Amino acid sequence: MDGFAAFGIVGLTTAAVYAVIGSGLVLTYVTTGVFNFAHGAAGMMAAFAYWQLSAGWGWPVPVALAVVLLVLAPAFGLLAERALFGPAQRLGQAERLVMTVALLSGLIALARWVWDPNVPRPLPTFFAGRAPLRLGPATVTWHQGLTMVVAVAVAAGLWVLLHRTRTGAEMRATVDDRTLVVLAGGDPVRASRAAWILGTQLAALGGILIAPTVTLDAAQLSLLIVSAYTAAVFGRLRSLPLTFLGAAVVGCTESYLTGYLPQNAYLPGLRLAAPALLLFLALLAFPHRRLRGSDERAGRAPVPAWRGTALLAAAIVAAGTVLAAVLGEGDLVTYGPVFSLGLVALSYVPLAGYAGQISLCQLSMAGVGAVVWAHLGADGAWWALGAAVAVAALAGALVALPALRLSGVYLALGTAAFAVVLDRWIFTLPSFEVLGVRIALFDQGSVELAGPRLFGHRLDGGAELMVLAAVCLALATVAVAALRRSRYGRRLVALRDSEAAYATLGGGLLVAKVAVFALSAGIAGLGGALYGMQLRSVTADQFSLVAGLPVFLVAVIGGLGAIGCGLFTGTAYIGPVNLLVALAPGSQNLVALLPGLAGLGLARNPDGLIPAMRAGVRRLAQGLTARRGESEVPVEWWGVRRPWRPEDGEVLARGIAGS
Amino acid sequence: MNVLELRGVRAAHDGITVLHGVDLTAAAGRVTALLGPNGAGKTTTLRVAAGVHPASGGRVLLGGRDATGADPRALARAGVRLIPEGRGVFPNLTVRDNLLMMTRTGRTREEIEEAAFARFPVLARCAARHAGTLSGGEQQMLALARGLATDPAVLLLDELSMGLAPLVVARLYEQVAEIARQGVAVLVVEQFAAAVLGVADRAAVLVRGRVAWRGRPDDGLRAELSALYLGSPR
Ligand SMILES: Nc1ncnc2c1ncn2[C@@H]1O[C@H](COP(=O)(O)OP(=O)(O)O)[C@@H](O)[C@H]1O
Ligand SMILES: [Mg+2]
Repeated sequence: MDGFAAFGIVGLTTAAVYAVIGSGLVLTYVTTGVFNFAHGAAGMMAAFAYWQLSAGWGWPVPVALAVVLLVLAPAFGLLAERALFGPAQRLGQAERLVMTVALLSGLIALARWVWDPNVPRPLPTFFAGRAPLRLGPATVTWHQGLTMVVAVAVAAGLWVLLHRTRTGAEMRATVDDRTLVVLAGGDPVRASRAAWILGTQLAALGGILIAPTVTLDAAQLSLLIVSAYTAAVFGRLRSLPLTFLGAAVVGCTESYLTGYLPQNAYLPGLRLAAPALLLFLALLAFPHRRLRGSDERAGRAPVPAWRGTALLAAAIVAAGTVLAAVLGEGDLVTYGPVFSLGLVALSYVPLAGYAGQISLCQLSMAGVGAVVWAHLGADGAWWALGAAVAVAALAGALVALPALRLSGVYLALGTAAFAVVLDRWIFTLPSFEVLGVRIALFDQGSVELAGPRLFGHRLDGGAELMVLAAVCLALATVAVAALRRSRYGRRLVALRDSEAAYATLGGGLLVAKVAVFALSAGIAGLGGALYGMQLRSVTADQFSLVAGLPVFLVAVIGGLGAIGCGLFTGTAYIGPVNLLVALAPGSQNLVALLPGLAGLGLARNPDGLIPAMRAGVRRLAQGLTARRGESEVPVEWWGVRRPWRPEDGEVLARGIAGS
Repeated sequence: MNVLELRGVRAAHDGITVLHGVDLTAAAGRVTALLGPNGAGKTTTLRVAAGVHPASGGRVLLGGRDATGADPRALARAGVRLIPEGRGVFPNLTVRDNLLMMTRTGRTREEIEEAAFARFPVLARCAARHAGTLSGGEQQMLALARGLATDPAVLLLDELSMGLAPLVVARLYEQVAEIARQGVAVLVVEQFAAAVLGVADRAAVLVRGRVAWRGRPDDGLRAELSALYLGSPR
């Protein structure tokens, strides 16, 4: 019984932290409409800053606290609002989501740069010197008590602010209708700034309260966001009391799993993955009508021409061959992933670019492909590559089933939770048997991957694998282009534009979504298998959620609707990074920041760089041939005053679906 | 007296001019109707008057003083109330909080609630509900209440009747007529004239960004409108 109470106290303390962070999340969401993936990362930065001031530089605790909570956190919130989310006001939900993902990825990179992850940074708990209080069967340390008191105070303060003051009403009104706030004489800009400042302060408070009880690690602390989101989703991102209830559920689940889970090799990961699993369940259990189809602005998904596609594919193969010929063995390992990670990025094109489903677990799917190849393809049989694709596709279909209930940012959140479950639990499992089939994963460490056999010869050298990866990327690029031109591709785009309209066209939503998830997971799985072959040996860490974020960001920067996305991402992600590092050793920290920084610039160019580059080239070409721009012909005259074009049908269908 | 006067107002959307010199006045104590087909520029006209859309030419006079390009918040505090197209309410706020939002115009919360609930007793009964859960008519009442409870000098109404049953519309316009009798200058935009002609003292017809007709709402207006909507020679 004593143990039960003790674990309860620990659980409620953790819950209090989740509640503080989660309520900051709810606050920014209800007042600005931004779904902030970087909220936990802000808390992480605050925890590091607090460590720096108090432990690092030896400032007195109250001073350090005041500086972080009253100066740094508000300044950061204000900066985020002014520089990023204010200007991003016009963008769609999806673009703003990408910006917060970029901020998350960038902050992790920044923290790792400033605070070397290999140095331990212990923080003392608050009131560490005082004897714990006894409450019946349980003992409560002063730190635990303080944490819970802070949570209750935050709850009360926020409720009064939001529901009893005009400022609070104005904050909530701003997300409904900014113009209407202005018409009532209010100031929406000031309201959203207040929300960002307060939200960041709450994240900082949570980060500082939890930091002494966990290891100070940038990624782990940033992923507190998973627990905070679980709590917030319990409250449907609106209700503060339910958010606190959700936090209690998550905190106590974690704590009791620690205490009462049977001791064996399979279950420790379950405890670590529990918040993510709960998030997944909570997302499925609560309906989210407000966000469904609320995305005002879908990116472009141009229909690729055959000639351009063929040129692109040829260019990919040629690039692979040239690189294979000129690079030494060491550089081949470094630059090899250009094409294999390119495949992972390409897998976003059908899924996110065409069907509009944002998934943050594509690199995890690549991990599935790599694992399957590692175990089945050890002797280089080609069928094993097919199996890697098939198993990854199956995993993708598995994600799709729950994802049917989710869309937009909730889908991103659900797939992120799925990736965390894989990272923390599934990928860490030792091998096990299901129905007599032995299933091995990363064998709790790393797995070795060998190349496939071709005509009795093993493709094992870096050069051969590079060409193989390039050929695979070229083929997959052609396949995705063919998909876009097919009837199914047009249906996917229609699905993205309006799910409701798609359903009225008699489309089977279930089949279409499951198929596109499976297809893109298959492409990612192929990429993962090739990536693993090139690296020879991989660990689960290389396929984690955090590792996948930069790939996603670079793909978004390239433009998710363009088939060139794969090549662009591979080149942009691997190339400059390693070149810079080679030119200026020691710059790898700066380089790790780049995808995040570039993602933040998305507000300027929401369709991505590829369409912008193509438009630039086209303008140039038009200038050279001095062709006059075609004057706009109204829709009703298409096919009459100008010839009917193949793409017109789709434009019309989309117009009808969108109206 | 002309409380609101637009002189040769021009305005553009994305560089395309949609108002080509609109002259329009709204006098205290009168209901002025601005009619016209879809896309004529009626909404844009009201938005320019309320300061939320910039005028690219011409002048907006408020009580004889130049208010062109003024901050919409300052205009709101000076008594210009635009009730925008659709529902001019915050759907995720309660009815009470919707009213609370109007306190920036200088009235206290109690005064506003008293005035609003006296005019629309329905609202008092659902004061704690989220505005988004109200019926269309109730939402328009709330929007009107938000506008009326704070002593407006100019009331700009954009398609109040949209999506509402004729009986509800008639009742809303009775309220509008009454507020006008208390000395407010009311400018009403409608696409379908029948809804508003019963209460309008003056009318203007906007066609493709220009005032094509103005005068008293009588037979001349009806002929003009039927020509307009039925596509007879323009
Ligand atoms: N946000 C906008 N962006 C671009 N064009 C617009 C926008 N709003 C209105 N327009 C254009 O301005 C013209 C006038 O619109 P509006 O004032 O809404 O007309 P009305 O209210 O009379 O229907 C229309 O041609 C419309 O297409
Ligand atoms: Mg209009």
